[in-house]
Amino acid sequence: MSAMLAVYWKEVRENLRDRRALLNALVTGPLLGPVLFITMMNIAVNRELAKADQPIAVPVIGAEAAPNLMRTLKASNIDVVAGLPDPEAAVRDQRADVVLRIAPDYTKAWNAGQPVQVEVIHDSSRRDAIPVVARVRAVLDAYAKREGAMRLIARGLSPSVAAPLQVADRDQASSQARAGLMFSFMPYFLVLTVFVGGMYLAIDLTAGERERQSLEPLFVNPVARWKILAGKLMAICTFSLVSLFLCVLAFSTAPWFIPIEKLGIMLDLGVGFAAHVLLLMLPLIVLLAALQSLVSAFARSYREAQTYLSVLMMVPILPSVLLSVIQVRAESWMYAVPLLGQNLAIVQLLRGDGVPAWQTALCLGGGFVAALVAILATAWMYRSERLAISG
Amino acid sequence: MIEVKDLRKTFGAVHAVKGVSFTARDGEITGLLGPNGAGKTTTLRMLYTLMTPDAGQVLVDGVDAAADPQTVRRALGVLPDARGLYKRLTAAENIEYFGRLHGMDAALIDRRREALIDALDMRDIATRRTEGFSQGQRVKTAIARALVHDPRNVLLDEPTNGLDVMATRAMRRFMRQLKDEGRCVLFSSHIMQEVAALCDRIVVIAHGRVVADESPDALLAQTGKANLEDAFVELIGTDEGLAA
Repeated sequence: MSAMLAVYWKEVRENLRDRRALLNALVTGPLLGPVLFITMMNIAVNRELAKADQPIAVPVIGAEAAPNLMRTLKASNIDVVAGLPDPEAAVRDQRADVVLRIAPDYTKAWNAGQPVQVEVIHDSSRRDAIPVVARVRAVLDAYAKREGAMRLIARGLSPSVAAPLQVADRDQASSQARAGLMFSFMPYFLVLTVFVGGMYLAIDLTAGERERQSLEPLFVNPVARWKILAGKLMAICTFSLVSLFLCVLAFSTAPWFIPIEKLGIMLDLGVGFAAHVLLLMLPLIVLLAALQSLVSAFARSYREAQTYLSVLMMVPILPSVLLSVIQVRAESWMYAVPLLGQNLAIVQLLRGDGVPAWQTALCLGGGFVAALVAILATAWMYRSERLAISG
Repeated sequence: MIEVKDLRKTFGAVHAVKGVSFTARDGEITGLLGPNGAGKTTTLRMLYTLMTPDAGQVLVDGVDAAADPQTVRRALGVLPDARGLYKRLTAAENIEYFGRLHGMDAALIDRRREALIDALDMRDIATRRTEGFSQGQRVKTAIARALVHDPRNVLLDEPTNGLDVMATRAMRRFMRQLKDEGRCVLFSSHIMQEVAALCDRIVVIAHGRVVADESPDALLAQTGKANLEDAFVELIGTDEGLAA
C-alpha cells in the first residue's frame, strides 16, 4: 500500500510541475467543451431568432398578376422583390432561399373562381432555409384559407362546411426536453474532458517514462508491478476527475451565456445535475485511464503514444453521433454499454426526465466491468519483459 | 554474495547469453569484462530480475531470484544501463522516491540520503532539478538512489560510461569505498584498463560465454602474457568492441 501511494504522490507532484499537463487538466480539458458549446448554441439560437423576426426578401415571378397576395406577404414582413430569370438554378446555387412563381393565367383563373397554381421553389436539404420556407408557406396557406372562406360565404355557405376536420397540435415535449435535444452533444464534451485531462499523464507515466529510460530503474525496486501500475492509474484518474469537476462547473454557467429564455425553454444544470453526472462518469474515468495507459504501453515513444491516443479520442464520439443521426429507442441493455449508457443517461438528465436508480446502476456496473477488463489487460502488458527495456 | 549458474537467454533466433556462470564475493570487486554486445547487460538484467532466464539459476545471498524476486531486489542496489532520472524532481527527491518504494520510514530516508550526498560529493546539486544535469551528475544521482536502502550487493552496468576523467576517478574511489564497507560489488565494463585497476576478480565474457574467471594474476599466468590488456585480447580473440 505504501509503495502504491509513493508512486501516486510522486506522479502527482511531478506532473503538478509540468505546465503542459497542468494546462491540459485545468484549462484546455475542462473549458474546451463548455466554450465550444456556448459559442455553437449562441450562433444557432441567434440565427433562428433573426430569421423569425426580421423581414425577408423573396423573389416572386409574375408578382404583378396577384397584387392582393403580394400585399398579404408584405403585411407579414416578407418583401417581394423582382423575379429571377432561372429560379431553379438560383435556389440550387444558394443565391435565394426560396422563390415564388405565379402562374401566367393567375388573374383569369382567379376571376373565374378556379384553382390556380403558385409554385414554391426551394431546396429541402438546406437546413438554414427551412424556417424561411416555412414562413412563406404559412402565409400562403393562411391566404388560401381566407379566400376560400370568402368564396363560400359569397355563395351562402358556411366556411366550416369545407373544414370537416379540426387538427390541433398538442406537443408533449417539455421546455426542458426541447433544450435537451440541443444539448445532446454535451455527453461527448464531458467524455472529451476526461480524455484530455488525463491524456498527458497517461502518456508521460508509461511511454514517457520508458522513453526517458526511467522505467527500468523503477522496476528494479522491490515493488510488484501491479502496485506501480495502480499508483499511476490513480494519479491519472485524479487529474481527469479534477478536469471533469471543473468542466461540470463551467457547464453550470452555460444558462447565463445562452439566450435560452428567448426560446422558451428551461435548463437545470445545478448541483443535483452535476453530482449525478460525476457519478455516472466515474467508471469512464477509470476505463479511459486504463485504456490510455494500455495504448501508451504499446508505443515505443512519446510521439507514437500521442498519435495512437488521438485516434482513440475519436471512439467516444461514436455514441453521440449515432444517437443524433439514428433516432433509437433506448433499450435497457444500452445503459450497460460504456459511453452509450452515459450518453443516454446524461441526455435524459438534460431533458429533465431523470434517471432511475436501475439505469444508474447499469451504467456504473457496465462501466466498471469494462474498466476492470482494461486494467487487467494493462497489468498483463506491464508484466511483459519488453516494457522496461528502452533501448 | 552473488552466484550465477549456467545462465541462458535467447531473443528470437539470437542467443544473447549461452551459459554464464560465476561468483561475486562480499568485500570484493568483481568485473564483468567483454566487448560491446557480449551479453553483459543481458546477464545483469537477469541478475536483477528484470528478465527471466531461459535456463540457469541466480542466487543472491543464497536466495533464488526466480523463487523470490522481491527479496533479491531488496538485497541489490542496481545502476542499470538505463539511467533515466525524473527531470522535474530534484536530485534529493529522486533519492527519496526510491527510499519510499523500499518502504523505508522518513527518518531513515533522510539519514541515508544525507550520507549518500556526502559520500558521492553531490551537495551542490542535491536541491536542483535534474533537468540539464551533466552525465556525471546524472550517474551520481542514479547511484545514490540505487543505494538508498543500504544494500549488501551492488550491481553497476558500465558505471563510468560517458564520464570525464575527474568523474571517473571519483567513481572508482567510490567503488573501492563500497568494497571496503564489505559489500559485494559487481560491475560491467568494456574498458580493459578500468577492470585491471579495480578488480579482485575478473570475469571475461565473449559471445555470451564466460571465457575466463580468475584473479588478475591468475589471468596473466593462464595466458602467459606480460600485461592484462594482452591477456584480454588473447582470451576474447579480438580487440573489437573493447577500449584500452
